[in-house]
Amino acid sequence: MALPQTPLIQADGLNLRINDNPILQDITLSLSAGEIVTVVGPNGSGKSTLLRALIGAMTPTSGRITRAAGLRLGYVPQRLHIDPTLPLSVRRFLNLPRRHARRAIDEALEQAGIPGRADSPLTALSGGQFQRALMARALIDAPNLLMLDEASQGLDQAGTADFYRQLEHIRDRLGCGILLVSHDLHVVMRAADRVICLNHHICCQGRPEAVSAAPEYRALFGTDDETALALFRHNPHHHPHDAHTEPDHAG
Amino acid sequence: MLDDFMVRATLAGLGVVLAAAPLGCFVVWRRMAFFGAATAHAAVLGVALSLALSMSVFVGVLAVSLLMAVTVSLLSDRGYAMDTLLGVMAHSSLAFGLVAVSFLSDVRIDLMAYLFGDILAVGRTDLAIIWGGSLLVLGLTLWRWQALLLTTVNADLAYAEGMDPSRERLILTLALAIVVAVAIKVVGVLLIAALLIIPAATARPFSRTPERMAMAAAGLGALAVLGGMWGSWQWDTPTGPTIVCVSATLFAVLAGLARSLPGRHGAV
Repeated sequence: MALPQTPLIQADGLNLRINDNPILQDITLSLSAGEIVTVVGPNGSGKSTLLRALIGAMTPTSGRITRAAGLRLGYVPQRLHIDPTLPLSVRRFLNLPRRHARRAIDEALEQAGIPGRADSPLTALSGGQFQRALMARALIDAPNLLMLDEASQGLDQAGTADFYRQLEHIRDRLGCGILLVSHDLHVVMRAADRVICLNHHICCQGRPEAVSAAPEYRALFGTDDETALALFRHNPHHHPHDAHTEPDHAG
Repeated sequence: MLDDFMVRATLAGLGVVLAAAPLGCFVVWRRMAFFGAATAHAAVLGVALSLALSMSVFVGVLAVSLLMAVTVSLLSDRGYAMDTLLGVMAHSSLAFGLVAVSFLSDVRIDLMAYLFGDILAVGRTDLAIIWGGSLLVLGLTLWRWQALLLTTVNADLAYAEGMDPSRERLILTLALAIVVAVAIKVVGVLLIAALLIIPAATARPFSRTPERMAMAAAGLGALAVLGGMWGSWQWDTPTGPTIVCVSATLFAVLAGLARSLPGRHGAV
């Protein structure tokens, strides 16, 4: 059973307007260590804005964001454009803004699945390798909260499945909380402990199975997601069907 | 071989290059080249104001350049396109500056000296101002280096580290205004941007890290100053423009060389 613990990050009654358009309305959520939470929602539903507000890149119009003391935040942005005039090797990128020992960088790259690429220019990496480099940078300081914005985009189907498996490894290894944003429903449902369905406000949230059955969710995404549900059901190891909120990682 | 004024001129050029090289790299990386040029154009208005109010040219230029930079930053947040805004601000402040100078009939001023610099006339006070300003900018850039770099790579990554990218942008703007103010005597308003951009652009294909690019830019800038001083002595040409010509020649030669070398990923 999950023990009650202090949340890593908590949002209370968050509202955010851009040019009088309400982008986020009355968002209240919290995330604890060891949890993988996925925010799903249609394009333009405010997913990225929510993440950017949580990292401090956007100031909410009202409401409060509370971070746990000593929170180390790892952030993987949706996309990153490196200007070709900026010479930036993978190693130099991982040394921003804090320097790390050679060994630490080699290890981080190996864990991210791009061993030996420390001296490659970032611009020479393929889309998938680039995504892994971003991940390696976010993980090198052993964050206790990892936030990813559409991090699986640009990966093929096998790559995406692999990516979500990797997330569970990271959670188990670091014991960190993970908050990710995605519109890729099929895979989301497999990896998450909790799904938050967002359309400017929180439509519904809960365990993946419960959310995909919720009428609010079906109104947004239709009933077209039987495949997603099937995928989810075929993976009982990480999502036991009992009422426990803590997934089983013993095996 | 070098007379005293030549020594002072050389030191003035090297002083400007010291700050302009690392700052110029940020100007290139952040695609602010036009921003640098616009700030420099606005400096003419600063010259006119300082002469009218009989105060230090350095202070007048610094004030107007800062005002221009801050105005552009504020307006661009309100949805104006940056290049349009800079075009409006740069050329109108240049025009107003030139018109304002024409009213100052009782002050005999050589406008050419401000447009193209008068490095051979650098005095001891000028030298102190140039080195003071340059060391300040260099110190500022080195102190904020990691934060400036991360902000340049991606503002959101900087936010996630608890940094404030808008503060870092302000520091860059401030540094740019200082460099323009101190460099006006050396290469003049019209050529300041060249000293910022050309050495950085030349260094790019030969650099693997941002730090090496900044150091290579400083070396190339110093080479251009020394070569320009020598050339203008040799052929009796205007010194500021000669420095820029040497810099441009270095760019052309080394860019050609970089293309012929295999395995370089650089692009400018």
